[in-house]
Parts: sequence; C-alpha cells; structure tokens
Amino acid sequence: MRLEYTERQQRFRREVRDWLEHNLPKRALQSFDTKEGFAEHRAWEGRLFEGHWSAVTWPKEVGGRGCDLIEWLIFEEEYWRAGAPLRVNQNGIFLLAPTLMEYGTEEQKRRFLPRMASGEDIWAQGWSEPGAGSDMAAIRSKALRDGDHYVISGQKTWSTRAVWADWLFGLFRTDPSSVRHHGLTFILLPLNLPGITIRPVKQLNGQTGFAEIFFDEVRVPVANRLADEGAGWQVAMATAGFERGLMLRSPGRFQQTAKALVELYLRHQARVDADPAVRDAVLQSWMGAEAYALATYRTACRLAKGGQIGAEASTNKIFWSELDLLMHETAMHILGARAELMPHAPDAGDVGSWLDGFLFAQAGPIYAGTNEIQRNIIAERMLGLPRS
Amino acid sequence: MDFTFEEQQVAFRDAVRKFLMVEAAPEMLRDIWETESGRSRDLRAKLADQGITALSVPEEFGGIGLGDLDWVLINQELGYYAIPDSLSDTAYLAAWLLKQLPGDVALKKNWLPRIANGTARVALGHPANPFVADAQLADLLLLWYQDEVHAVAPDRVKLSFNPSIEMSRRLYRVDWTPGESTRVAPARVGRDLWEGVFNRAALAAAAQLLGLAQRMLDLGIDHSAQRKQFGKPIGSFQAVKHHLADVAVKIEFAKPVVFRAAHCLANNRARVAVHVSHAKLAACEAAWLAGRRSMQVHGAMGYTWEADLQMFMKRAWALDSAWGDRAFHKTRVAQFIFAAGAPLGPGETFT
Repeated sequence: MRLEYTERQQRFRREVRDWLEHNLPKRALQSFDTKEGFAEHRAWEGRLFEGHWSAVTWPKEVGGRGCDLIEWLIFEEEYWRAGAPLRVNQNGIFLLAPTLMEYGTEEQKRRFLPRMASGEDIWAQGWSEPGAGSDMAAIRSKALRDGDHYVISGQKTWSTRAVWADWLFGLFRTDPSSVRHHGLTFILLPLNLPGITIRPVKQLNGQTGFAEIFFDEVRVPVANRLADEGAGWQVAMATAGFERGLMLRSPGRFQQTAKALVELYLRHQARVDADPAVRDAVLQSWMGAEAYALATYRTACRLAKGGQIGAEASTNKIFWSELDLLMHETAMHILGARAELMPHAPDAGDVGSWLDGFLFAQAGPIYAGTNEIQRNIIAERMLGLPRS
Repeated sequence: MDFTFEEQQVAFRDAVRKFLMVEAAPEMLRDIWETESGRSRDLRAKLADQGITALSVPEEFGGIGLGDLDWVLINQELGYYAIPDSLSDTAYLAAWLLKQLPGDVALKKNWLPRIANGTARVALGHPANPFVADAQLADLLLLWYQDEVHAVAPDRVKLSFNPSIEMSRRLYRVDWTPGESTRVAPARVGRDLWEGVFNRAALAAAAQLLGLAQRMLDLGIDHSAQRKQFGKPIGSFQAVKHHLADVAVKIEFAKPVVFRAAHCLANNRARVAVHVSHAKLAACEAAWLAGRRSMQVHGAMGYTWEADLQMFMKRAWALDSAWGDRAFHKTRVAQFIFAAGAPLGPGETFT
C-alpha cells in the first residue's frame, strides 16, 4: 500500500490547476437548463476540448488525453476545487462513451466520440417511459426494421438535457413480439429527425431540465445501432455499466460541498449550536465525503491491478446520493429562515446556491436507478439473497 | 498511489482465516465461556503456532517484524471469528510499546521473545478504559500513570472482576501503587508512547468491528436465505433485502477509512489522530447497524441465547466504546475540521 502521489501525478495536478486558473470563465455561467446557459456550457465544453481536458480518460485518437483513473480523479478534484462549470455533456462523456468504446464499431467511435468530446454533439438519455421507470424491461417504444432503417414510434420521458441536446441514446423494442429484457436494441439518434416532438418538463426549480420525447414513425439508419439487434439489455447492463457507476459522480464534487458546509456552519455556529444535531451532521458530512473519496481511490487502484468492479458499484449510488441529501439538508437547517430565499433575493445573505443544490439532491436517490433498485441489486448480486 | 494490500499480506490473512474457520467454531467458543478464566491455553498456543503472536515483534527478538497494515487484516479476522482472547493487546499493542522503549531497557529483552513465542500475556491499562482486559491472566501489566509507563508484576496489583454481558470479556478494575521501581518511561517519553498505543488500540478495535459487522451480515444472509415464511425464503422479500443491503453499504465505505488509518500509522504520517478516530467511528457505525439489522432479520430467534448472533453482537456493543467512545473520537475529528485553515476539500485526502 502506497498512498502517495507520484512525481508525475503531482505534475499532472499542477498542470490541471494551472490550466483552470487561466481558462475558467470570469463569471459563473447561467444554468444549462436555460437556452442561453446551454449555449454557454457548450462553449465551455469546446474550451475544455481545445485544452484536451474534456474527456481525460479517453484515448488521444478520439479526443481524450489517455489518462488512467487516478489521473481522472486528480483532474476531477481540481475541477471541483476550482468551482468550474457543471458538465452539460456528462450523459455522453461519462455514461454513453464507456459503452460506445466497448461495443461500438471503429466507424461509430470515430463518428461519435470526437464530436462528443468537443461539445458539438450534446447527448440526452432515453431510458424511462411512462410505463417503464424502475421496471425498465417494460419498455414499449418500438423500432421496427424497414430495409436499412428502423422506424421508431413511442414515447420516452424524464430525458435529462433533452430540451436542447443534439442526440439521444436509449433502448427500443426491435422485436414487437418480445417481452421483458429480450428484443431490446440500443440505438443512437439525432433529436432533429422528422417525427420527433420534444415537450419540456418543468422541474422543482422551475427550469426544464428534462423532457418527454414523442416518436412518430421516426426513421433511423441501422448504422446507428450499437451492438447486435436484440442485445440492448445486455449492452446497457454489462460491465461498462459498473464502470459508469464509478464515473457518474466523482468524489471531488462532494468534498467541495462538505468543505463549503463546514465553512457555512462556522459562520453560523453561534446560532445553530443550540441544535447539537447540526454540528454532528456537519461532522458526518465531512467524514462521508472523505470515505467516498477513499473508496473511489481504492476501487481505481483495484481496477488498475486488473481487478473487476461487480455489484458493489451499486453501493456507490446509494452512498453519494444519501450523502448529498444529508449535506444539503444540513445547510438548509443552518441557513434557517433564509434557507427558502432565491439567491437573487435582496436579503439573501450567504444562501448562495444551497437551495438549488438541495432541490437537486432530492433527485439523487431517484435518478440513475432508484436507491430501492440499487438495494435489490446489492442484495441479490452481492449478498446472494434469493430473487423475489 | 496503490490502495491495495501486498500479495503476501493477503496470503497471510487468508491462512489465518482458514485456520480460524476450523479452530474457532461458535460451539467451541461457547465451551470456553464456561471455563473460569474464559481463555483457552490450547487455542492461544495454536494461534502462536500460526505466527500471530510473533507478527510485530522485531526479528532480533524472535518475531516476524511486521506492522500496522498486517495487523489491520488480522484484527478483522479476530473480529469475524470473535476470538475470546485479548490477543492483539499483547501481540500488537504491548509489543509495539515495548519495542519503542529505549534500547537499554531490560524489559524489552525479557518480554518481547516471550510475546513472540506465545508464552507471555501482557495487559494494558490506559485511562481511556476504566478496566483492564484479561488482567487476571497477565504475566505483566503495562499501566499508565500521568503519562508515565509503568511495568507492574501481577503480584503487585489488586483486581476486581466486573462481569460483562459479553461472555468472553474479562474486565478488571486494577488497584496498584506507582513507584520508582515500576516506572519504565517518564512522562516526556511516555506521552508519545501512550498516544501511539492508544491510536493502534483504537484502530485494532475498528478492524475487529469491521470483521464483526461482516460476520453479523453473513449470519443475517444465511438465516434469511433458509428461513421460510409465506412459502418462500424471507430473504426474497424486499424489506429484508434492504435491511441487509444497508449494512453492506456501511461496511463497504468503512473499510477504506480503516485501511487509510492503518497506512497512516504504519508510515508515521501527520493527521493520525483524525484518521484513526474517523476509522473507529465508521467501523462502530457499520457494526452497530449490522447488529441491529441482523437481529431484526433473525426475528425472535435473534433474541435467544442459542442463536450465534449474540456472540458477535455483544462484542460489537462492547467495542463501540473501547479505546475511546464516540464522544471522544468525534471530538478529535471536530478539532481537525473546525480548525482555522483546516485542509479540507478535494485534493486534500492524501496530503
């Protein structure tokens, strides 16, 4: 066991820090769930790409930097430490790309990855449907083969970033007689095709962070299929899925929040110490963020030595989403009567973005597979309990 | 950066695990409860044969010369099998303390070889604990007195037994009189030595708690896979699954915290205090939840003397406050994170 960074890793950290210092936008970007903010974030993705920082773990040939997971962690730590913008293309870069690299043809990789890295194509996800949420195998949207095209009809919902995104990836039923996990196919399609209607859905914060997508006989070339027809479920659930479980939320994000929470608490300590639960929650928050970082480094090192991630990746999702809730709930309690104020309220004081984070934290235990589904996965695949 | 154990460390752990699986079955441990001393010479001798008592004694004194990272793995196993012996007090903590004493102290030469070959038991008295574990069988007591280290022979102490709900605990109040003849290190040296003992002891408790948590989880899994109600194993019901999945999450995120603390001690790094306290708290939480949830999925069976769960659950309850209770360890973490200019946030984990 050696818990020190190498000379090279330390140089890499300085390089990241230096680049961010010189290139970070001078003022905070608007929310990427507004039209202007989306454009600003796309431009930032382009800036990252020019510096070769937009997808550090990818091979250089497709727009990455060829970094290993430890360098990725260092990059992320510096990124969150600097308070850099949220990643508008995270669906693509962190969720689709690992799958594309494992299952895509060479042609597909060349076609999609560089444009994803540069922010020219921003991706949305198409999993959930009105009748298929936690029960994703109940997907009904059809993609019927017609020569060298699929003809897609149906509806997707809760599609994050779909309001302004360029492309969508998701699962469609290519075998109309199939049921459950069979007969599903992983398809990539541009969101400007004829027959697609996008209806933005307002979220808790009043912005349209996700959308419903209606498909009315939308023609998609067969070349846009990822892996074999009918293999969609396996592709979506395969090992790449576990690796995505590692990369969806890097620890730097939560460590930055924990640090801000400690500072917030210290500013309000004289008032809030009357409730000892607040101080304890701040302690738990810092320890939780630290534990998440340590667990991620441990997993990264195990993978580097040829280990595999299994179902224990499901523990990650539960851990960070509950930690995020704890931290933001605690911040709300500390802010007290001002917690409900919008950041631009004239008497907002130091409420900052805690409210926004608090609202977003409510979604954590729900998206990317509810925590109940994650607990089932842990119980059945990690602990070996019988299926229901 | 390499957050994994060396192959030989894992191999040694696996050998100990295999040995304990055979030699420390719950029914044997129950037999040992019934003996007056609560300890088995036979088991102790077998553990010594495995090399555990020699693990961290320096080679010049007949040991193997390993350290904190090796012990963190072994202590998990001692917890998993609820070994009824304060083995790590003698072989890890007392061996460390003796090893750190100035070179000319005769005590080292007298006792380290006997610890290594498994013939000596050393008990430790520290103000964090009101009682001294296994004091009645000790061949030597190393006792704190105002930061001084005292080495006291068993015939110089008066012991009062304090029974614990945990049948394998043997706790004693120790009354004794410190003097020139018993003092082996003055306070200015002893302060750091006791700090080192305390942190290693808290880490050892944390590692044992991790092992106990895993054992209680495993017992809960076994029971809920076998016990049928409504025509199916109760483990197929979500309410039961989720109880146990929560425990798996706690264990998964406590382990690296405990391992980091061990690395920190082994390498004399700064921030030992906060990292060890974090480790103890994380392991306590995992074990406490494991006990509660395993109890719940065991149903009424879990409330019986007969079910083995009690052996591990009671040990976990006892260790929760051993070598610093939660209040103490939270205070140490708070002192670190609430200090002006504390290095918190991303990128500070390993600085």
